[in-house]
Amino acid sequence: MKYGYYPGCSLHSTGAEYDHSLKAVCDSLKIELQEVPGWVCCGTSPAHASSHLLATALPIKNLSFAEEAGLNELVVPCAACFSRFKVSLHEISQDAKLGEEIKEIIGADYQNKVKVTHPLDLLDKVDEKAIKESIKKNLSGMKVVCYYGCLLTRPPKAMHFDDVEYPMSMDRVLEKCGATVLDWSYKTDCCGATFALTETDAVLKLTHKILENAKAVGANAIAVACPLCHANLDTRQTEIEEKYQAQYGIPVLYFSQIMGLAFGLDPKKLGMMKHLVSTEPVLANIH
Amino acid sequence: MTEQISAVQQPVAATQPTDLPTKASAQAGTITPSANLLKQIQKEIGVNANLCYQCRKCSAGCPMSWAMDYTPAQLIHAIRLGLSDLVFSSKTMWMCSSCQTCTTRCPQDVDIAKIMDTCKIMAVKQGIPSPVPSVHKFNKAALRNIKWFGRMYELGLIGDLKMRTFEFFKDAGLGMKMFFKGKLKIFPSISPGRTATTWRIFSRVDKKEKSKEQSANTK
Ligand code: SF4
Ligand code: SF4
Repeated sequence: MKYGYYPGCSLHSTGAEYDHSLKAVCDSLKIELQEVPGWVCCGTSPAHASSHLLATALPIKNLSFAEEAGLNELVVPCAACFSRFKVSLHEISQDAKLGEEIKEIIGADYQNKVKVTHPLDLLDKVDEKAIKESIKKNLSGMKVVCYYGCLLTRPPKAMHFDDVEYPMSMDRVLEKCGATVLDWSYKTDCCGATFALTETDAVLKLTHKILENAKAVGANAIAVACPLCHANLDTRQTEIEEKYQAQYGIPVLYFSQIMGLAFGLDPKKLGMMKHLVSTEPVLANIH
Repeated sequence: MTEQISAVQQPVAATQPTDLPTKASAQAGTITPSANLLKQIQKEIGVNANLCYQCRKCSAGCPMSWAMDYTPAQLIHAIRLGLSDLVFSSKTMWMCSSCQTCTTRCPQDVDIAKIMDTCKIMAVKQGIPSPVPSVHKFNKAALRNIKWFGRMYELGLIGDLKMRTFEFFKDAGLGMKMFFKGKLKIFPSISPGRTATTWRIFSRVDKKEKSKEQSANTK
């Protein structure tokens, strides 16, 4: 089956391993992804904090590119982009006048034909047999907590993704891949993503709580679906340890990397060496 | 969880809604209640703050309320009272992480997170300086970056932000580590077609917003 693919800016830079691993996993499962030609940034939080029109126009422009390319379903892996796409669609569905204004701004007659999907939704629906057939390695030593963050599920009136407070799709997907999935309390808590480069202390405070709970339930890995969550939990982990005099050393992996490991794909190709918190303990645990 | 609850309850106890006018007068010299504030917000984004019955569920779940001067529920109440000075000079919306917890949980379906965005936009339009300048500068730098390159060019954005905040050494060590892991690109990926796309969208938005403002002023 062929899907449109909108990687977004982060997956072409700081979150490249999410892009590579997701493509590799989809390849194994015979899901074809076609990148939207000419795509531009979705505007993310700086846009919605500055102009409602701009924040709505940028995602819809990308959807119109997808529509022109004949794609009817668009896979958007970055949780922040996914949220902007879904919220913009919700806004124009509620306000016809806004929809007309956006058409003028983007210079295209967008027909609202493209469905926006998160890869977790897609992978959750893949037949369990197909996943089981792809599995080459045993991940049972991996005790993982699934971190969904803010933007995948909220606000539910626009997102329509899983349960809003306690989602399970990532848990199910990773369980099917053989990982040991743990219950915990911070699945959808905020990591302070927008403040990554500005109010760093706020980020440290929020991520500290997330790491504390992950450690308390005995996790040896955290799975994420968002490059901003990843940046805050992985690249800031040493700083958090210093500030709060704690020790975590918990590798933070994209769910697609974990799937790729189960499928026996090359850890280098999955970008396992790109993280600041060493992923060696995870790799040593796979048989 | 217990730690989070105690952290958010403090500011609620410290600043009861009755404190609002005093704080406003201290900040702005006078209180200028404006019956229009609520209507203006409703006109901008279609959210009616008057539906709020002050249950404070939004504040209880807000991960950032500890860093705000007024909790989300207090800001909503101030909007209802028409305390424009207080609202627009508040730190609250600038310390909002847009996590959407408040909007999701509000029993009255008030889109609080959207109100936070609108308060930022309206404050900037009125030329009121942000009490959290780093956030405002980041937003501006990021938008410029998107307009010029069509996509976010992270190293360029960091450079631009440093020029605007003069914090040249903030995160320098982390930046180097990420650079050596191949996480930051040295050069932006430039495509004239993409730049044309974003440039056009930005200027049309600008034009539309200006003409809307003009027609609002002449009314
Ligand atoms: S949750 Fe809704 S009703 Fe309750 S205080 Fe907040 S805005 Fe008001
Ligand atoms: S969206 Fe902003 S105000 Fe609402 S809960 Fe999140 S941080 Fe608090």
